[in-house]
Amino acid sequence: MAEEPISRAEVEHVAELAKLSLTDEQASKFTSQLDEIITMIDGLNEVNTDDVKPTTNMADATAILREDVAVNAHQKDALINEAPETEDGFIKVPAIIDESEDA
Amino acid sequence: MTQQFDNLTELHQALVNKDLSATELTQQTLTNIHDHEDALNAYVTVNDDEALAQAKQADESGIDADNVFSGVPVAYKDNLTTKGLLTTAASKILYNFKPVYDADVVTRLRAAGAVTIGKTNLDEFAMGGSTETSYFGTVHNPWDTTKVPGGSSGGSAATVAAGDVLAALGSDTGGSIRQPAAFNGIVGLKPTYGRVSRWGLIAFASSLDQIGPMTQNVTDAAAMMNVIAGRDERDATSSSKEVPDYVAGLSGDIKGLKIGVPKEFLGDGIDEGVRDQIKTAIKKLEALGATVDEVSLPHSTHGIQAYYILGPSEASSNLQRFDGIRYGYRTPNAKNLEELYVKTRSEGFGDEVKRRIMLGTFALSAGSFDAFFMKAAKIRTLIIEDFKKVFADYDVIVGPTAPTPAFGIGAETKDPMTMYMNDMLTVPANLAGLPAVSVPAGLVDGLPVGLQVIGRPFDESRVLNTAFAFEQNTTFHELKPSMSKGGRA
Amino acid sequence: MNFQTTIGLEVHVELKTNSKIFSPSPVEFGDNPNANTNVIDWGYPGVLPTPNKGVVEYGMRAALALHAKINQHTHFDRKNYFYPDNPKAYQISQSDVPLAQNGWIEIDVDGKKKKIGIEEMHIEEDAGKNTHNPNGYSYVDLNRQGTPLIEIVSKPDIASPDEAYAYLETLRQRIQFTGVSDVKMEEGSMRVDVNISIRPYGTDKFGTKTELKNLNSFNYVKKGLQFEEQRQQRVLLSGGQIQQETRRYDEASNETILMRVKEGADDYRYFPEPDIPNVEIADDWIKQIEETMPEMPERRRQRYVDDLGLTDYDAMVLTQTKEMSDFFEAAVAQGADAKLTSNYLQGDVNAYLNDNHLDLQDTKLTPDHLAGMIKLQMDGTISSKMAKKVFKAIMDGEEPNDYVKAHNLVQLSDPAQLQPIIDGVLDANAQSIEDFKNGKDRAVGFLVGQIMKQTHGQANPKIVNKLLMTSLNAR
Ligand SMILES: [Mg+2]
Ligand SMILES: [Zn+2]
Repeated sequence: MAEEPISRAEVEHVAELAKLSLTDEQASKFTSQLDEIITMIDGLNEVNTDDVKPTTNMADATAILREDVAVNAHQKDALINEAPETEDGFIKVPAIIDESEDA
Repeated sequence: MTQQFDNLTELHQALVNKDLSATELTQQTLTNIHDHEDALNAYVTVNDDEALAQAKQADESGIDADNVFSGVPVAYKDNLTTKGLLTTAASKILYNFKPVYDADVVTRLRAAGAVTIGKTNLDEFAMGGSTETSYFGTVHNPWDTTKVPGGSSGGSAATVAAGDVLAALGSDTGGSIRQPAAFNGIVGLKPTYGRVSRWGLIAFASSLDQIGPMTQNVTDAAAMMNVIAGRDERDATSSSKEVPDYVAGLSGDIKGLKIGVPKEFLGDGIDEGVRDQIKTAIKKLEALGATVDEVSLPHSTHGIQAYYILGPSEASSNLQRFDGIRYGYRTPNAKNLEELYVKTRSEGFGDEVKRRIMLGTFALSAGSFDAFFMKAAKIRTLIIEDFKKVFADYDVIVGPTAPTPAFGIGAETKDPMTMYMNDMLTVPANLAGLPAVSVPAGLVDGLPVGLQVIGRPFDESRVLNTAFAFEQNTTFHELKPSMSKGGRA
Repeated sequence: MNFQTTIGLEVHVELKTNSKIFSPSPVEFGDNPNANTNVIDWGYPGVLPTPNKGVVEYGMRAALALHAKINQHTHFDRKNYFYPDNPKAYQISQSDVPLAQNGWIEIDVDGKKKKIGIEEMHIEEDAGKNTHNPNGYSYVDLNRQGTPLIEIVSKPDIASPDEAYAYLETLRQRIQFTGVSDVKMEEGSMRVDVNISIRPYGTDKFGTKTELKNLNSFNYVKKGLQFEEQRQQRVLLSGGQIQQETRRYDEASNETILMRVKEGADDYRYFPEPDIPNVEIADDWIKQIEETMPEMPERRRQRYVDDLGLTDYDAMVLTQTKEMSDFFEAAVAQGADAKLTSNYLQGDVNAYLNDNHLDLQDTKLTPDHLAGMIKLQMDGTISSKMAKKVFKAIMDGEEPNDYVKAHNLVQLSDPAQLQPIIDGVLDANAQSIEDFKNGKDRAVGFLVGQIMKQTHGQANPKIVNKLLMTSLNAR
């Protein structure tokens, strides 16, 4: 087991991947909490799993494939209505770069 | 409030006989809910107007004598989508979300004539075991309002225990139906993975989540299963296996039933009072003609570890869709897309949800995938194999539902680790996809304790019948909270 | 120093199924924004994906056309990343076990044949469309979200921009012949990602590769790669190092321009999709697909040469697209001469398509009509000159026999009808007979002209010539 299961830098990297921002205080708190949890989880390494297949799907049978028949749900208006910002039937979002700042 | 009916059959008979109308029933139910709401906070949304309209319609079209849910109020955990009715998963990020479609279970219960009475409170995105992480406030245990109701289906458990409704739905990812059922002295069943469609269940962890009934007695849970179980083409993981009549399966006869009691379920970390109560319960089952042996699920002790990798991993992916673009909360302070994502999610999710997203993102990330996600997925296989071995010789597995009775509000939230350990007895059934029920097994210090019965895949009938035999030969299910206990807020 | 080049191609092809890969919404383009979407396409809370049988079947067809091995136990995986056109913030794709792997196709560059390996082919969902507007906003249309894609990844066998071009041509052609996609780059139903590296000749270790974007035609792929190959050589020869970077091809200047330098790999956090059970493909299903596979282009080319007597070149051109090849076969099946049909398709028809920027299936021409015209020409009913008129008419959708009759274009070939006319012309032109006898060949031309004039140009020139010579010699 590693000396330090997760560093603050890793916590910050993970937050970035998950699109979360952490305050200084949160980053410290999460680092110590995740550290503790990961230490607990690390107990799994006591178990030998060399020839064990992973279970990643719990369905009781293989997939029943859907017949290729198109059905239009005609949900567009209802869906557009629920969206925070729309224009002419499009979902509207701010552009990737803030245009008001340097180009 | 006055508890008029102990079970769905009695209530249904009264509706059929027109001793009371669906409208009167719904009105009474709404009054009771509102009377309790200050003390319990069991609901995110009480569906006053629409519920009355539905009841009125049930009266007009006539109560269906063949349908035990005809005109009967049912409460849904607020992570089940209801068309046009606010559905929040108890998160700020969905504070204004009105789905345009019903969950499959809601469709089925509506078709059976059930009245949608409201949406019950839960831990945010069902992540928790105490219903304290809800954006809409903590839920209180009707047995003692200073105690938690358990979670994450705490609102459903509390409203059933308080006698507001006879039937509610919950969801169970790591014990979220069974543990609050135990804490509130009611019956809660987590069906086999794939038995009930997940269409419309706001996903926490896709390979672990199941929807199930929370009721005051076993017969009502079976009746609810009769409505909600079965293949749904919209859920590719839902099973095509035939659905038996669960009510008809309740003979109460368990003579010759082979029961295994895992030694790991009565070991360290189990409250003394709980252990005594469960040992007494097991003796009762033996007295009813079952044979009982100690068995072992050697890898179950690693269940919590595997669960806290796999659950958060799937959750981290499932919850990425909450980005402020198509529905729900959108931050008002975004200057560009990156800010829209980060601020929406940082402002919209609570701490427990963020913690699990972070944990899952970490477990899936490039350097950790094999050591964490894959390792846990392999442990899951070993846990499944443990169960298979025991079920080769035994019909059901029995033990406590939770290691302790309900704990005090605020007692464990400060330390996620303590909280996580609470799930140790319930998580193995989720990891193995097995049906498991919690049935009232008495009180410890005035608080309910649950007996857990776990069965083979798709053997809900036997699991329910075992619980039914126990229930019919004990009086624990007749114990009701007196809402005065612990002092109403 | 000499360098050898290694090119890798990732090709995405949209499958033209009726419904989307994980939702029953229709796969249709050009509709109003978001018109073909439902709660699944929007990634609503609580929705679940259901895998489309048609997509697996189309995927298998494509795999067989690429000589790839189908994995009979396969599953889907999630690829996690945030983007407005990616509603769930994960794409359901395949990473562990693709639908098929280890295929190959044979390319031909200047008569040299070479097998190019295909690493894998998997099925996945397309994203929606995100349109950027200078007003500081982007506009999201989810109509394309969930459109089925196959992604085809080549092995590092492609050694030149010309081979890359030939690979894309062959790939496009073979997929198109299976009928699972339109495979049109200009319409986005085929999209190409390219990477290229060079290394000193004879060394083992691959060089650092760069990725090229904005390659909107096969030609641009070739030109972009040519530029990039040269640029990398210049960098290495001047003692520099290649950076792992993404470069944009600029059509105007025909150069590649640095977009961004890559720092490490993206972390997509792939993991097996828990919402979809494993997919099992039974032997029977593969057999059924194999038995119903359409003929591939090289088989057709062989047949055109062996059975129809066409040249290799003609066979190659005719099998460029399935439409052309199917059209050709249909016309020949109606009894049209193969060589004539081939000439028309490559000549007049092609010219018409180019002039009008049309595809064959968008015109009013039918194999029936083309065959009808060719047969009229073959049996002498119309002359090749008349055929020009008839061709115009059939391009406008007219039936050739009706048109010829209505416009009196039937060639006069009956000697019994022609002989009296010839006799009359000879009787009236004694001087010309005299000239002919004196060896003045020009007289024949004059006489033919007179006959054509009398028949309003409808006389069959071959027959006229024959009868005229006989009559002249008899006088
Ligand atoms: Mg790729
Ligand atoms: Zn792709």
